[in-house]
Amino acid sequence: MTIQPVLELEELTLAAPSTEILVNSISFSLERGESLGLVGESGSGKSLTLRAILGLLPRGVEQTGGVVRSKVSSAMVFQDPRGALDPLCPVVKQLTEVVYYRQRTSLKAARRIALELLERLGLPASLKTKDRYPGQLSGGQCQRVVIALALACKPGILLCDEPTTALDVTVQRQIIDTITSLQQELGFAMVFVTHNLAIAANLCSRLVVMKQGRIIEQGETHSLLRHPAEAYTQMLMDSVLPLPELEGGGVSWK
Amino acid sequence: MNTTQIDTTLPDLGKPASGLRRVLNTPSLLIGIIMFTILILLAIFIPYLSPYNPTEQNLSAFLQPPSAAHWLGTDQLGRDLFTRLIYAARTDLTIMVLAEIIPFCTGVMLGMISGYYGKWTDRIIALVTDTFIAFPFYLIVIIVAFASGAGERGIYITFILVGWIVFARVVRGLSASFRKQEWIASAQTLGLPGHRILLRHLLPNVLPQAVVVLMTDMIGLLVAIVTLGYLGIGIAPPTPDWGTMIADGQPFITTAWWLSAVPGFAVVYTGIALSLLGDGLADIWRRKG
Repeated sequence: MTIQPVLELEELTLAAPSTEILVNSISFSLERGESLGLVGESGSGKSLTLRAILGLLPRGVEQTGGVVRSKVSSAMVFQDPRGALDPLCPVVKQLTEVVYYRQRTSLKAARRIALELLERLGLPASLKTKDRYPGQLSGGQCQRVVIALALACKPGILLCDEPTTALDVTVQRQIIDTITSLQQELGFAMVFVTHNLAIAANLCSRLVVMKQGRIIEQGETHSLLRHPAEAYTQMLMDSVLPLPELEGGGVSWK
Repeated sequence: MNTTQIDTTLPDLGKPASGLRRVLNTPSLLIGIIMFTILILLAIFIPYLSPYNPTEQNLSAFLQPPSAAHWLGTDQLGRDLFTRLIYAARTDLTIMVLAEIIPFCTGVMLGMISGYYGKWTDRIIALVTDTFIAFPFYLIVIIVAFASGAGERGIYITFILVGWIVFARVVRGLSASFRKQEWIASAQTLGLPGHRILLRHLLPNVLPQAVVVLMTDMIGLLVAIVTLGYLGIGIAPPTPDWGTMIADGQPFITTAWWLSAVPGFAVVYTGIALSLLGDGLADIWRRKG
């Protein structure tokens, strides 16, 4: 059986009409259930690439070349969980709405599915009886709601745009554990954008390193990290701070 | 794999401040509400409070100074000034509120469409608003009032034509800035239809600001109604109206100055009440948000 990629990018080029090219002919593909890490510094075009996959380019940025081929639907988990929720709409209501429109159920069933999703994501059961506004939840809880919103679309690909950057360290870990176990359970493919190589290495089987809008290196995570071909990749690896007292032993994530 | 404990508690909100408490903690809103309520109550109950008829003339008792029988005296036709003043509040405030309804709704809708969809919708709406703004407001008001015949109808028509612009401009700017926020993009990618995002998510977010603008705009409208009445192209006598009352009192300004001053004061009073209301609401919503 040949494995069909669920997502293929071919020579994708994005540019703002007035200024320079922002993402320069990048290509990669993603297989069913696979997770791919897109790493690089700020401004390297990672997030723009993600938005191009989603078909949600910001105003003033255009796709000037290449193709994005995708057979399945995708949904996005945003960087700032609070910013990704309507501040004046209670969270269960927001989730119910998305379930209602995406899964075409009755409103009642939508609410039930929404509550199940929230429970699965480890949100407090008290939301069942009393809905809360995003401002009344912690950052980690908001991010769980955002993930639930994305999962409500039953995506074939989950696009994660630095979903842990805005959270504090302990919560980061929980969110990553949650995403990992959900992926094992539901089997969606994932593109994970981050500038933190440690997180990408733990989540993703393959890495794509981007710099100034170009892919400079890609490959299987372990071999890429063991023998980085580019100085830039090495630099990204070096930028991950180890815990001083554990030096030598290294930090084990799993 | 050592999983850290997931935070399953909801942050303690403390005792949520009740609506009443928030109002009590906002002096401007409280004073605004009290001032406006007094005016409304007087306007509603004036038929029971006053033994006089606002249009019935009593030429034997004209131009009387304030007394126990006539709290604010009588005008040149012997009508009780206080009674007329409050009946005029009925006329003017009713028109003020009614004339704002349609412009408010259309202005907010057009502003949201213009700011949210951008592109050609924005260009067309911006063209129309800019065109109207190029003309002085009172010029348009007077032209339309003349064209449609003096009276209430002229005021309604003028305001349906030009009143929406101020709301459209404010809401357009707000919507455009919300448009850049992630939750709108998120709602789009999650597959919510445009009208749903507009009405269920964008509208509640722009509404507070729009209501604050509404309060200020009502003051402008009230002044316009009174001005038209004063110029004799607004509400026609004998219907009591603050504008015509000011004009009627003018010949007697040296002997009975209160004839003009009192309705003028009523306009100022209403204006202050409305602007305190708007200010207070803005305050409360700012703190909440």
